[in-house]
This record gives sequence, structure tokens and C-alpha cells, in this order.
Amino acid sequence: MAGTTVLGRVKWQTAEVVDLHDETETARTLTLAVDDWPGHVSGQHVDVRLTASGGYTAVRSYSIASAPNLDGRIDITVERLATGEVSPYLTQEVVVGDEFELRGPIGGWFVWRSDQTEPIQLVAGGSGIVPLMSMIRSRELANSSVPFRLLYSVREPGAMIYQKELETLSIKRPPVLVDYAFTRAVPKGWPQPLGRVNRDLIARVTWPATLNATCYVCGPTSFVETVADMLIAAGHQPDRIKTERFGAAGGTK
Amino acid sequence: MAIISRGFSGRRGTADAKLPPGQYLTTDFPVLSAGPTPRISPDQWEFVITDGRSSLKRWNWKSFRELPSEPITVDLHCVTRWSKLSTSWEGVPLDVLLADLKTDSAYAMFHSYGDYTTNLPLKDVLNRQAWIAFKYDGADLSPEHGGPARHLVPHLYLWKSAKWVRGMTLMSQDKPGFWEGLGYHIYGDPWREQRYSDE
Amino acid sequence: MNSQSYSHLDGNAAAGELNTIFAIDITGAEAQCAQCGTTRHFAENRWYVKCPGIVARCSECRHILLRLVNTGERLLLDCRGMGYLAFGRTETEIRGDN
Repeated sequence: MAGTTVLGRVKWQTAEVVDLHDETETARTLTLAVDDWPGHVSGQHVDVRLTASGGYTAVRSYSIASAPNLDGRIDITVERLATGEVSPYLTQEVVVGDEFELRGPIGGWFVWRSDQTEPIQLVAGGSGIVPLMSMIRSRELANSSVPFRLLYSVREPGAMIYQKELETLSIKRPPVLVDYAFTRAVPKGWPQPLGRVNRDLIARVTWPATLNATCYVCGPTSFVETVADMLIAAGHQPDRIKTERFGAAGGTK
Repeated sequence: MAIISRGFSGRRGTADAKLPPGQYLTTDFPVLSAGPTPRISPDQWEFVITDGRSSLKRWNWKSFRELPSEPITVDLHCVTRWSKLSTSWEGVPLDVLLADLKTDSAYAMFHSYGDYTTNLPLKDVLNRQAWIAFKYDGADLSPEHGGPARHLVPHLYLWKSAKWVRGMTLMSQDKPGFWEGLGYHIYGDPWREQRYSDE
Repeated sequence: MNSQSYSHLDGNAAAGELNTIFAIDITGAEAQCAQCGTTRHFAENRWYVKCPGIVARCSECRHILLRLVNTGERLLLDCRGMGYLAFGRTETEIRGDN
């Protein structure tokens, strides 16, 4: 006999799409208004539930892209996967005014709070940039001068999400230092060769282990595991590396 | 009360196929697993039938592949609500493996490489209702789908078909396996929608 | 898509489902494996969420730390595989503040 525990502590709420913004050819940001939104910490995510007529449901998790705020609005950035079931709908079908169910904020492990004082190293693989962008925006909103570095691995220049914003932040004082790895095609005149993140790049463009930074690595599972191993090999302590794995690259979403 | 998402249809196919209640048609083949994919090479593989005390019958890959096998086309129904119709396999019927086995036991626990188990009444794996399958869609069964060999009992929910099967233990009483012990139905008939043990 | 070596995720993937029972986010708590004694942040173990339930395995010895099944009517939790879960102040103070 089940107990009388109250289930559904983090309950499903209604989210309304109030704005849409295409970030790249395949990535779109949806601004959602959520009535009882309690606020969030950068790095957390939400679960989105879609219901088709007939009752079929699909649930997917999306990282919150926006900084913590008290507006009752959050941004999620969705990358469209050609074979996906939900992402084509969210990036191509949804219009302002549409509603779906949302649960969150979720996650207490892969978070950055503005009262953290240590240097921060962010490493993003593809759409893994989303929760890290929330951290960057949170730092900006808090007017923090905590040293932040980002290494962002993308396939090609057209896949860079938040490019202009990152460029602006990289020349502000104090900057967020931003470096890229391009795995399929480099921008014209790019001084570095094409290639995945490797030990050499880690050594050149990430905080040295002696700074005792907290590292946040996010992206496809294989990317995260490889990068985490490289950071450890470069001297970072395993308990200073936090990871969020998105599943297989190109997995069905 | 769910909100219907305007214009969302998901990956379902059309609803004209006769499906068990609560199921949706899928055209892909989802991979669900409670652990890492075992990597068993043919020279390590064996299938053992035991009574809990001693091994009664044992095959290695060579002797197993010498047994008569047959092509079959079956529908799959997963408790997570996807159904995939007309899937093609090749396998050895359990009738062949259990031929000339004398037993009073009415149940069996099937074991996988790794720690997965699932229980079945013995009568549900006889009379051309179950196979140990080693080919899917004309090719050798891949590890992510349960290869080198998996159990296939299509008339029950797919969690009753142990992937990476390594053997069966005969039992006189029914005992719950991995999921049956944590809320899933002891039998699992999709046509009576026996998903959970609180049905 | 070659993901066969990486079929597991981390605790973030299960946090939503876990939040339906636990008032606090447990993915940041430290979990001790009852089998091998390794203590690690819960999120950093190996989570399998694409199955009829959620399964967390020790990243060292692969022993099952936790299983969770949601039947719709009930939530069943098996945590025999954990020696303990230790919560620090941060986990018990999760709020939506900046």
C-alpha cells in the first residue's frame, strides 16, 4: 500500500511561449513565461512535456540559457536534430502563444552561484554551451569579476550560438576569455588548424591547474568524458570538475 | 490535466494497426538498458539451464549454432509504450533447448550477462512462443540490441525478453526478477495491459 | 552514432524524476557504494535513464546504488546499494536565488 507521501513536489506547470529567436540555422531560443516560477540558479534545467492529441507524450530536458531573474521568464535554447522527435517541433512548429508543460528548475550539482569566488573554466561541446551561457550571463548580471574562461567546441562557424554576445563579453573589463575549437570547418583566416579539443589546446587556452579553478564541462557524453580525462591529465583534481552529459552526439531528441 | 501541444504528433505511425492498449507504433528501434552493454565474444558465450543446484544442460556458441533455428517475424511491445511490428529475427526455439528435459518446475528465471533477470512461467516459453535469437533483420544481433544472443518472448512485454541472455534457472515457485521486484507486473501481458504490480 | 561505450549519463538526467520524491536535490549529495565503499557525488556515478526505470550504478564497481520506478500510481525506490547519502549545506539550501 503506497504511503501518503505527497508526490509531484516539483510539479508540472504551464509555460507560454512569449518570444522566439533564431540563434543559428538549427538552434532557436524560446522565451517562456511560467506563472509560478520560483527562480533558478545558473546551470539548472527544465523538463518539457509535449502531449499529442490522443495522449502520446514526450518529455525532454533543456538547460536554462538565461541568467537567474525574478521576471517569471526563462530562455531555453534548443538545437534541432534532423532525426529528433521533439526538437524539430520546438524549433520549427512552435509559435508565440503556444503552451506546453514544464517542470523545474531541476539540478543542484551542475550549478554556478555568484557567491563562488574561485576562477571558473567552462568547456562546451556543441549545444553544451547553453547551461554555461546561463553561468556567464549570471556573472554579468551580478557584476562579478570572477575570472571566467570558456573553451567552446563547434563543428563550423555557422554553429556558434551566442557568438556576438560572447564577443562583446570577451572585450569587456573584466572579460570572459573565449576560445574555440572547430571540428569540421574553420572561419576564414582562422589562425588555428581544424581539430577537436586535444591536450595541447587544453594546455594553451584553459586555466592552469594551479589556479584551483572549478571546471564545468557540458556536451555529448563522449565529448564530456574525453575532456574530463584531459583536464585530469593536465592536473585538475577530479572533484573540481563538474560534468553534464547530454547523451550520444546526434542522439534522438 | 495535460495540455495538448498544438501541432505535435511525435514519432508515432498511423493508428490503424492493431496494437495493445496504451501502445504507440514506432519505426525506429529504441535501446533501453539498465546497465553498460555487455561485450561477450562467441568463445566466451554459453547458455546454461540449471535447477538452482546443478547445471542440467549447457551449450557453447558452437554447439548452440548447430541446433536447428528458424526465421521468425514478430511484433514487439515495450512497457515504455512503444511497439514495433513485423520485426525479423532468426533464433532457436526454446522447445529445442528444453527437449528431453524432465522437470516438475513450472517457472524459470532468465539471466543475462550483467545482473539482469526476468521470470516467466515455463509454459510461456514452450510451443513456439519463445526463441533464443542471434540474428536481427538478416544480420548478426548487435550488442546494443542484446547480442550475441537474446531471449525473445513476443507475446509478453519486451522486458520479459532478456537481452544478453546467458541461461535459465528452473523454479518451482514464481519469483520476481529485476523489474518485477520493483513495481512491474509479475506476468506482463500487453493485451491485458499488465504493466505494473498495482494493476 | 557510436555511443556504445557511453550508454550512461550523469545524475543531472535523473534529477527531474528524483525531485518528485526528494524535497532537496540529491544529485549533489555524496553517495557511498555499499559494495565497494567508494564515495562519490551522486551525480557523478553512472545513470541509466532509458529503461523501464532509473538505475544509478557505482562508477567504480558498477554495483547498483539506486533504482527508481514510476508506475504513475506509485513511485518505488530501491536504495539498498548505498551505504549512505551525505548532504552538505549547499544541497539543503537550494533555492532560486542568484
